[in-house]
Amino acid sequence: MDFNGSDTIPGPRAEDQLPHTAQSAVKIVIVGGFGVGKTTMVGSVSEIKPLTTEETMTQAGIGVDDNYGSPSKTATTVAMDFGRIRITDELVLYLFGTPGQERFWFLWNGLFEGALGAVVLVDTRRLEVSFDVMGRLEERGVPFVVAVNSFPDAPRYPITDLRSALDLSEMIPIVECDVRRRASSRDVLMTLMRFLHSLAMTGSLT
Amino acid sequence: MTPPQRQRRTPGQGTPAQPAAPARKEGEGGNPERLYVVAGPDGERADIDLVTLIVARSPDPPPSATPEQAALLRLCVAPLSVAELSAYLSLPFSVVTVLITELLTAELVQARSPIVRKALPDRSLLEAVMHGLQRL
Repeated sequence: MDFNGSDTIPGPRAEDQLPHTAQSAVKIVIVGGFGVGKTTMVGSVSEIKPLTTEETMTQAGIGVDDNYGSPSKTATTVAMDFGRIRITDELVLYLFGTPGQERFWFLWNGLFEGALGAVVLVDTRRLEVSFDVMGRLEERGVPFVVAVNSFPDAPRYPITDLRSALDLSEMIPIVECDVRRRASSRDVLMTLMRFLHSLAMTGSLT
Repeated sequence: MTPPQRQRRTPGQGTPAQPAAPARKEGEGGNPERLYVVAGPDGERADIDLVTLIVARSPDPPPSATPEQAALLRLCVAPLSVAELSAYLSLPFSVVTVLITELLTAELVQARSPIVRKALPDRSLLEAVMHGLQRL
């Protein structure tokens, strides 16, 4: 990018600017496999047009040591879409849709540790794709709810079967949703917030 | 039809999250020229989160500001998160955090830290978020 012409860098539209009173932000992470609907969900509830932040991950040469410094050295760019919801004049909520592979998570400082909680978005056609993500969240003690994005051609399992297959305790909410619809995505976030609230009430959050 | 079966894990189980830090040798690395030029030589970074809100202290960048710093300062005349700055500037998150660290040191911007999850989250915070979501 030519920063000398930086007058032309488009920033937020005037109506998208946060008020000067905005003091702090909180974040929720939506995590799931490729194509499960993370970006769609972020877009359907965000008040701003979803944006993309990137981080570059340099791959150490795998078994090939002679390309140091050469242009062929591989650098993987990992992108994360996010949206924003203004909660009050002081508080802003950000939603991040992130790939399921943990090796990408450390790229963004405290992505999960600093988040209020997470939504694990699953597709019943590829349920096993989300197994590792849930395990990682459990290991890190990050509270999460499971949202099943209903694709028309996907197998439908009763919630009790899903709970058993996903080996989730009764406490963890599992909801069905259609992430293309704002109300449905909003309800998923509300489910997460109620869950976090109940954890706070009972003091059972680790 | 039976769904595939998962097995639950517990906190602290398994291998601790070891970020596979990009193995870099001296004088070798991802995009060294660009990172060096944009970020400056000292490489120190402030503790900046994706949702730390950044606000410029003055609407006009000083003449001493680099083009990248000036672009960033113009963007955050109103509070803007680091993630948004990264998106609008089309720069990786890590590069933006270094730029912000410089601007914090020069006292050209203010950083407003995010509220992070605690062992016992603030119930009034959770309630505020719920009320905000209900309005959507």
